[in-house]
Amino acid sequence: MPGTMQFDLVSPERSLASGQASSVLIPGADGDMVAMPDHAPVVTGLRPGIVAAEIDGGMLEFVVTGGFAQITTEGATVLADEALPKAEITSGFLDERIAAAKEGQEASTGATADETAKRVADLETLKGML
Amino acid sequence: MPSLKDLKTRIDSVKSTRKITQAMQMVAAAKLRRAEEAASAARPYAERFEAVLAGLAAGIGEGGPKLLKGTGSDQTWLLVVMTSERGLCGGFNSSIVRLAKAQAKKLVDDGKTAKILTVGKKGREQLRREYGDHFVGHVDLTEVKRVGYANAQDIASDVLGRFDAGEFDVAMIYFNKFESVISQVPQELQIIPARIEASEDATVFDYEPGDDEILAELLPRGVATQIFAALLENGASEQGARMSAMDNATRNAGEMIDKLTIQFNRTRQAVITNELIEIISGAEAL
Repeated sequence: MPGTMQFDLVSPERSLASGQASSVLIPGADGDMVAMPDHAPVVTGLRPGIVAAEIDGGMLEFVVTGGFAQITTEGATVLADEALPKAEITSGFLDERIAAAKEGQEASTGATADETAKRVADLETLKGML
Repeated sequence: MPSLKDLKTRIDSVKSTRKITQAMQMVAAAKLRRAEEAASAARPYAERFEAVLAGLAAGIGEGGPKLLKGTGSDQTWLLVVMTSERGLCGGFNSSIVRLAKAQAKKLVDDGKTAKILTVGKKGREQLRREYGDHFVGHVDLTEVKRVGYANAQDIASDVLGRFDAGEFDVAMIYFNKFESVISQVPQELQIIPARIEASEDATVFDYEPGDDEILAELLPRGVATQIFAALLENGASEQGARMSAMDNATRNAGEMIDKLTIQFNRTRQAVITNELIEIISGAEAL
């Protein structure tokens, strides 16, 4: 039986989840990663995606739009810019974010153009996953 | 000597004022509870954020981004003064303004430039006369019913935009920290360059993408987080201040009603006595 670790998901406005998880899937900026107990310490940025924590055999899924995560040997903390339980997400919520990201993409030039384009693509992929 | 009718009108007017202040006090009490809940819900994020940033800052020795290390000068300051949109909240706004004014005066005396960004119109009104020409901007939250992180992000991006444009070197925020209903303490907090206490925890983290990129992402967010926390503290303080101000007003109105009622009764008695004297002396004259 593998051990568990402390998992916390917080957004600036509230704390969404806290508990002992056996694994946490994190949509890292450079790719998805799964944190398990005794994971090497990492701090990673987040791209828009789904955070899935396995708590007591059940999966808790949350949609995050960005932020970052800190993983230590004892636990994983996700600090999301915006987070909602997957069940509470409406297509309007994502459409708004996509529209905002597209606006940002049109306004950006040069070095930031790639980043903004990636954000639009990430958000659209996320919409497709739901 | 006011007439009986005048006194009656005054008593009625004070009574209706008391009703209004009583209602405002109750409304403030309800809003205060909500504001306090919002402030405590936001605390875990702020605490964890600080912990991550502290770990990160410990690893950055010399150099590092300007948001952390500063521009190397402290000639121009930006004072972000956060006050309320509504009045009738006792000394809430004045105490913040007083602190900001003291700092602005010190800066001007030292030959430095002070720029003022106001959040909330009450502070703006109070600062306008003396420091109106130092204003660089204003954030209007009149339409905002409930302060969200998005509001803080808007203010932060405004501040960061000015910083990137080289408009100032140091930024401070002014707000009231909520201690209790009767005590709100005005605070000044430096947000740029960020003041981070390096943690003692020696855990070495891997950073993805790189630590510079993460730091560049985190520092602006730190500004927004601090502003958000200040807005929430301010919100709770405002309601607390209003609650005790309205409580005082209600009590004062009650005292005034008592005084006026006594005066009213005495005047009535005097009128009656007068009439009696007139009748009696009239009867005696016959």
